[in-house]
Amino acid sequence: MEITPLGDSALLIRVAENFYDAPTGALNKVLATKRALEAAQIRGVVELAPAYTTVALFCDPIGAIDAGAPVENVFGWFEQRIHEALKSVVAPEAFGADRRQAGDNVPGYNSIEIPVCYDQEFAFDLDEVARNAGVHWKEVVDLHCGADYRVHCVGFTPGFPFLGGLPRRLATPRRDVPRKEIPAGSVAIGGRQTGIYPIKSPGGWNVIGRTPLQLFDPQKNPPVLLRAGDRVRFRSITREEFERATK
Amino acid sequence: MNATAVRAGFLTSVQDLGRAGLREFGVSLSGALDPHALRVANLLAGNEESAAGLEITFGGMRLRFADDRIVVWSGGNFDVRIGSTSLPAGHPALVRAGEEFSIDSPAGGCRAWLAISGGIDVPVVLRSRSGDLRAGFGGVKGRPVRDGEEFPLGENMPRAKVLIEKLRTEKIARWKPPHDWSSPARRSPVLRYLPGADSGRFVESALQHFSSEGFFVSPDSDRMGIRLDGPRLERSEDVDLLSEAVAPGTVQVPPNGQPILLLNDCQTIGGYPKIAHVITVDLPIAAQLCPGNRIRFSEVSIRDAHALLLERERNLEQFRRGLEPHFK
Repeated sequence: MEITPLGDSALLIRVAENFYDAPTGALNKVLATKRALEAAQIRGVVELAPAYTTVALFCDPIGAIDAGAPVENVFGWFEQRIHEALKSVVAPEAFGADRRQAGDNVPGYNSIEIPVCYDQEFAFDLDEVARNAGVHWKEVVDLHCGADYRVHCVGFTPGFPFLGGLPRRLATPRRDVPRKEIPAGSVAIGGRQTGIYPIKSPGGWNVIGRTPLQLFDPQKNPPVLLRAGDRVRFRSITREEFERATK
Repeated sequence: MNATAVRAGFLTSVQDLGRAGLREFGVSLSGALDPHALRVANLLAGNEESAAGLEITFGGMRLRFADDRIVVWSGGNFDVRIGSTSLPAGHPALVRAGEEFSIDSPAGGCRAWLAISGGIDVPVVLRSRSGDLRAGFGGVKGRPVRDGEEFPLGENMPRAKVLIEKLRTEKIARWKPPHDWSSPARRSPVLRYLPGADSGRFVESALQHFSSEGFFVSPDSDRMGIRLDGPRLERSEDVDLLSEAVAPGTVQVPPNGQPILLLNDCQTIGGYPKIAHVITVDLPIAAQLCPGNRIRFSEVSIRDAHALLLERERNLEQFRRGLEPHFK
């Protein structure tokens, strides 16, 4: 584990070195670290932001100083407390390591099915993905719907889930020129990842379909449909089902 | 009671101190790009320091109120008037119902923050009234204020009422905060920074260039980040990094070698290497940078960054206590 300052008000805690060798292991370490730090309730911590191999701890240095941290070593004070908190993370590899081992109901994480309409009108780049994979577009849909995914992190725009678990074959390089506008709900592939655009935004991933589900709603708590750790499967729906769901 | 933006100006939005605590959902911090300036202006207007105000970019705004209000502005070098009377930065002033508050285009800097007694009372969305203009929520309908638009103000607090009575005749208070607090725009700004979480991923000369050469602010800059033109900052390796947290103050370098200084509306995670992090107390200077401005970066220690932050907070506490007699 390596702790690096991310400016004067955050620390980046790296819990895994390699990602692609063991994506699920990295995710489980990240989630276990985040939970342990939450449980520790360290004074002066504002929030914890998980990503692929890191958890960022955002802090209020003044709050920490008021809680007794020496002004000349605020980060040392935090580091000591981080190490203390993470001692209790016993073999994080064992935590919810595998769907079969841990079962579908890992506490705190949801399993969510995302209906996707892969119709041509929504799937700007389905042909490109099929060509790249050397398969018929229908097989792209079968492969995309046949895999188990997990949310590694949420970012880029509010509620945008970065999903790991894409079948190797479907990996497709990002577009050379990003699109200026990708519609909300677009399901896309970027390199070895797949994700969903929750709001209309620019983007460089290959769009293969669209979901009628709303992934970000600022009026809800939490405002997002998917969170880091959640399990996802995609299900192909017809245009009629899509229209019914958006009514 | 309402305020009416007779003219909205180039870009005006409702901002408070932002929505911390939602990064794991990918929600940006948002909030005033100079939170210290907004806090000071709010305290002077008799508000809670976290009340929502207006962030006015490049001026051009005219505003009227339906009842009497105390206003305080801070930020760049703007010509601000109530009717035809000039209002300097940092001085609490009374604007009577129907009078016009105007803020012209700046002679230096680019942003001003306006605190209005009672605060702007748009709905709280995800813990804040700040407009997230990129995601389209918060503030006034998730977008910039428009010409002719009305928006609600909170009631004047007892503190503001005291000030309103005191300023009936003189209109503009003589007292103000320290000059640096209300006017942070600098001629040739130097931004102090801590080494980046990825500074080891750059060639040695890139780190030297970064700390010694000037960079120009590109017109392609906004509340998400300031794009800079300068010597190309080369990386020592060509590997794709996994996305991880970034924050306001992070200086990231995309493949073209031209750094971007991230500001409050930046995304929560990013995959470009981070060469530096501008310290919190210097972000108000960054918030005033205009296209064409030349800036330099200067390294400081974490210890100094925290000492400066602590000094600023203690000064603000003292200032807050010193204000009390004015509200009695």
